[in-house]
Amino acid sequence: MVHHFDLAHASTRDLNHALHAFNGTDNDTAWQIKNANGLHNLAVGLDAPLTVDIEGHVGYYCAGMNKFARVTVHGNAGPGVAENMMSGVVRITGSASQYAGATAHGGLLIIEGHASSRCGISMKGVNIVVHGSVGHMSAFMAQSGRLVVCGDAGDALGDSLYEARLYVRGNVAGLGADCVEKVMKDKHKYEVDGLLREAGVSGADAAEFRRFGSARKLYNFNVDNADAY
Amino acid sequence: MPTKRRRKRDAVNTAELHSRLRESATFPRSVIAEIQRAARTGIYDIRGFGAKRVIPTFDDLLFLGASMSRYPLEGYRERCDTSVTLGTRYAKKPIELKIPITIAGMSFGALSAPAKEALGRGATIAGTSTTTGDGGMTQEEREHSRILVYQLLPSRYGMNPDDLRRADAIEVVVGQGAKPGGGGMLLGQKISDRVAGMRDLPAGIDQRSACRHPDWTGPDDLKIKIQELREITEWEKPIYIKIGAARTYYDTALAVKAGADVIVLDGMQGGTAATQDVFIEHVGIPTLPALRQAVEALQELDMHRKVQLIVSGGIRSGADVAKALAMGADAVSIGVAALIALGDNSPDLEDEYNALGSSAGYYDDWHEGRDPTGISTQNDELAARFDPELGGRRLANYLRVLTLETQTLARANGKSHVHNLEPEDLVALTIEAAAMAKVPLAGTDWIPGHGKF
Repeated sequence: MVHHFDLAHASTRDLNHALHAFNGTDNDTAWQIKNANGLHNLAVGLDAPLTVDIEGHVGYYCAGMNKFARVTVHGNAGPGVAENMMSGVVRITGSASQYAGATAHGGLLIIEGHASSRCGISMKGVNIVVHGSVGHMSAFMAQSGRLVVCGDAGDALGDSLYEARLYVRGNVAGLGADCVEKVMKDKHKYEVDGLLREAGVSGADAAEFRRFGSARKLYNFNVDNADAY
Repeated sequence: MPTKRRRKRDAVNTAELHSRLRESATFPRSVIAEIQRAARTGIYDIRGFGAKRVIPTFDDLLFLGASMSRYPLEGYRERCDTSVTLGTRYAKKPIELKIPITIAGMSFGALSAPAKEALGRGATIAGTSTTTGDGGMTQEEREHSRILVYQLLPSRYGMNPDDLRRADAIEVVVGQGAKPGGGGMLLGQKISDRVAGMRDLPAGIDQRSACRHPDWTGPDDLKIKIQELREITEWEKPIYIKIGAARTYYDTALAVKAGADVIVLDGMQGGTAATQDVFIEHVGIPTLPALRQAVEALQELDMHRKVQLIVSGGIRSGADVAKALAMGADAVSIGVAALIALGDNSPDLEDEYNALGSSAGYYDDWHEGRDPTGISTQNDELAARFDPELGGRRLANYLRVLTLETQTLARANGKSHVHNLEPEDLVALTIEAAAMAKVPLAGTDWIPGHGKF
């Protein structure tokens, strides 16, 4: 059974309230949401394995703090999509604005178009796969999880990052403080390959990716690194 | 006996030397020591506590009391209510406090787990709320805090929707009085495995929290962010915005615009677990003028008492509480004072403070994690010294004293609720305080900048 919900005739509050009725359950029903029309905060705070398909572009924070649900946006997403996601899958068929997947702790975020600046900022365990390119300062202070970029990365990639692993297939405009290129070992190719499959990326080979991570030189204060602080 | 004579002569010489040598006002010994320390280590001084410099405070204000022209209430016999309701603007479930004093946000990480538990216990006994910090919510503090405010900080360490839903209120932290514009710090000594796990960080690193939120940049974005938090929590919880005292008039107005139910304003005396000394001492404005500016902004927007105002930063006594309320705050919040009530800087531990190169009353190296009281540490042995039940009782006692003192002053001014205290009940002892608090200099009707002497 598929539930239908038309945002032309009901509010964001109505939608989230209806979806929250399943929070804490293992209900896995499907929801078709029409007329998103750039509204903010759609399908936030879900806590059940629902399948939610949203037709149209969404505003800020779509699928914020998601747990278990599979949310697909058939359009573009505004800032902070899937921010602080814990688990589940969020897929954007178009492009995403700034800070996609910010601080997310788990789950998989797939952006089939491009992502703007600060994609994966402060990520804490999420996996993010971008079919296109990401903007500047992506994976800023990224703590853990993986960011896979099939296109190019903007300036200052991975600035001040911790233990997150970054994989980029195209050009990297520049690396941020303490971010360095690392050797792509077989286990990393295996990891990228798995994420590409999960994210439905075709035509990209894990062997084409380069790996970036923390040089770990800024983990403890050291006066000789003063220029980098 | 040449040795004895020599010793006596040395003692005389030291005292005599100090009486005739002239210490530089520009380079006193403390400044010289800091230059020498900087040259030796190559890193700025990091410490806990709040600003130590002398600034205008609530001590520079006095209550007028009652006499011929005002009618006092009978102490102990006539009721003087102290209850506060927070979050009446939008929240479906506002918070009811018995006393107008809350416990400020302090992280598990900065504080030990038993210290956090004690804050919850003390606040619960006294009928008030406590607050999480930059490090997430621990089970201990949720269990022992009847009313728990959950902070949303730039770092988002440990942030998750389950804790949001089991919180009683949510506090979006924009800034802190000790360091408006600065992020948290937690040095490697305190990043234990448990702390590291809660923050998704490698153990033992020097953690530098972000100073800006990762997914919004200004009040227009924040408004949407707050709506997201409300949506996630079904519009039940009061949402606070905490700001450090900076451009307070405008920051307060913008916090109202962004949709706050409650504004928490932290003056420059507000404490921190670890920040650069230069930041603590030189950024932000004192609580006194900041409070006045915040109240003016709320009044101009017709939001005074509709958006509640909690003020913190240097609150120590019932006199401070009563003066803050008289100036227009709905409640106050304490951090450093609460830690002292738990036992921080206790003279009983003088020898141990000495061993750390400090002394009871001066100890501020909370970032080092070697606190002999077991409060600001992640060392299990030190933390085990701290008794959370006893600490909770001490905090509850202290909160009761603050409340009784506040009621005493309110009754003296003829008020049946502490919120009925008003600026008209106050005068200033100094020109600076008169200007900052906008109350007249005692014995005059002069407020500098407003009317004649």
